[in-house]
Amino acid sequence: MKKEFQVKGKIYELNEDGYLANPEQWDESFAVEIAKELGINELTEKHMMVINYMREYYKQNGVVPTLRKVSKESGVGMKDLYSLFPDGPIKKAAKISGLPKPQSCV
Amino acid sequence: MKRIAIIGGGLGGTIMANKLAKALSEEQWVITVIDKNPKHFYQPGFLFIPFGIYSTKDVVKPKKNFFPLGIEVINSEVYKIEADKKRIILKEKTIINYEYLIIATGVNIVPEETEGLKEELWHKSIFDFYTIEGAYNLYNFFRYWKGGRLVLNIAEMPIKCPVAPLEFVFLADYFFSMRGIRDKVEISFVTPLPGAFTKPISSKILGDMLDKKNINLVPDFNIARVDNKDKYIESYDGKKVPFDLLVSIPVNMGDSLIERSGLGDDLNLVPTDKHTLRSKEFDNILVIGDASDLPTSKAGSVAHFESDILFENILSAIDGRPLNSKFDGHANCFIESGFDKGILIDFNYDTEPLPGKYPLPGIGPFSLLEETKMNHFGKVMFRWMYWNFLLKGIDLPIESHMMMAGKKRLA
Ligand SMILES: Cc1cc2nc3c(=O)[nH]c(=O)nc-3n(C[C@H](O)[C@H](O)[C@H](O)COP(=O)(O)OP(=O)(O)OC[C@H]3O[C@@H](n4cnc5c(N)ncnc54)[C@H](O)[C@@H]3O)c2cc1C
Repeated sequence: MKKEFQVKGKIYELNEDGYLANPEQWDESFAVEIAKELGINELTEKHMMVINYMREYYKQNGVVPTLRKVSKESGVGMKDLYSLFPDGPIKKAAKISGLPKPQSCV
Repeated sequence: MKRIAIIGGGLGGTIMANKLAKALSEEQWVITVIDKNPKHFYQPGFLFIPFGIYSTKDVVKPKKNFFPLGIEVINSEVYKIEADKKRIILKEKTIINYEYLIIATGVNIVPEETEGLKEELWHKSIFDFYTIEGAYNLYNFFRYWKGGRLVLNIAEMPIKCPVAPLEFVFLADYFFSMRGIRDKVEISFVTPLPGAFTKPISSKILGDMLDKKNINLVPDFNIARVDNKDKYIESYDGKKVPFDLLVSIPVNMGDSLIERSGLGDDLNLVPTDKHTLRSKEFDNILVIGDASDLPTSKAGSVAHFESDILFENILSAIDGRPLNSKFDGHANCFIESGFDKGILIDFNYDTEPLPGKYPLPGIGPFSLLEETKMNHFGKVMFRWMYWNFLLKGIDLPIESHMMMAGKKRLA
């Protein structure tokens, strides 16, 4: 079941798990509003470092980076990632970054 | 003479050596297997050692027993792969040139990746069972243990044989029940995954089994450190789980060779095309088994299914043809669940584990995602199959691609 998410009249389509259906549609006002929805009231500079890193990585590699990668390469360490994006940093950060659901490895 | 070099003579490397030796002419090709350890370990057997079901001698045989005649075997550590020069450098500086390279170096546990894991308590009240030493030390510990809090923790995914930690707690439940001290042992399963397993249907079924066996599930736990003094593990978001005995599955990483050679990702896994099994970077390198970054389980069954595909593709490459054989991520794992029962799961890149019968639709004899005695028997037989058929590259009556026949889709 698809959902719609509205910010200032603009409609963003989410897939059934709540990820932006089309990553191209992403913009900062989407990030700010969806973050609120996920319990993050303000996107700080550090949040944005993670989001920008993840979007750039996705653009280059076509996949969402692993938590390990983000903690090593985004400039934001593991502990901070957990306080910035509580309860599952990678999933939350992916949602806010407008990326697809991270692949879980079996 | 042209060379196909295989680094790693574990499960995947040995199967490939056997298949290729049969197919290629000895006048044109030399097949060279290089491995640093002369012993072959039946790793699935490590699970049973702590509980005294297998002893160490049940799981070790000389590697040379399984290599075909007519190949070159080198007992040495590979120090570096210089892929752009198509050559390998051994620890003692010998240089080996190759036309094609198969990387089959597997993964190892790296407890050093987690703060406090490999300190005072390591192999005293913190154990692994992914190495023969860890499994054996845990066996000795269990012999005298009177009970307490047993915590199993998976440090990070992916790990090889992702069902082994579940099997461990199921067997622990069985073992302590048989010893009459189950009421004195509190068992917790602490995992970074959101549930007992990754995919929704199997996660639900296996989670219910944990519940039934009175094993606590602690999901979404990403370990930051181990406190050796007060004996607890702590997650990055500050959750603490105290233990008397910690059984850890440390971070699994590819061999340091891969890192030194600049061929790996941040876990030293080789980026590999998930269908053709060819390295994403070098056309003459193929990867089999745990060493790749494929999004499927790191399991013996996977290495076995991959071997059919890799074999076809390397022959195509030699003939200068496109690599048409495509791997579908097929994995098939027996899950030992204690009390002489087992569960079987079968899945691939696109289809999660589903209930049904296997390998013959409607008949079995094995039941998927269901606890049966027959499945346990399958697991017991697996060791025999492994030594006698699997390693030698003899075809088993199982399809390398996953089949939907016999499976039930749940709504
Ligand atoms: C506890 C446990 C339980 C398991 N249970 C199951 C199960 O029930 N079913 C199942 O299907 N699978 C199971 N597995 C997984 C299975 O054992 C592995 O997936 C399988 O062995 C992978 O084969 P491989 O060839 O990729 O690597 P391996 O068999 O690990 O072989 C790697 C080889 O490479 C060599 N090597 C590495 N680096 C170098 C170097 N630099 N130079 C020279 N040689 C090198 C090593 O010495 C080793 O021999 C289990 C694993 C464990 C640990």
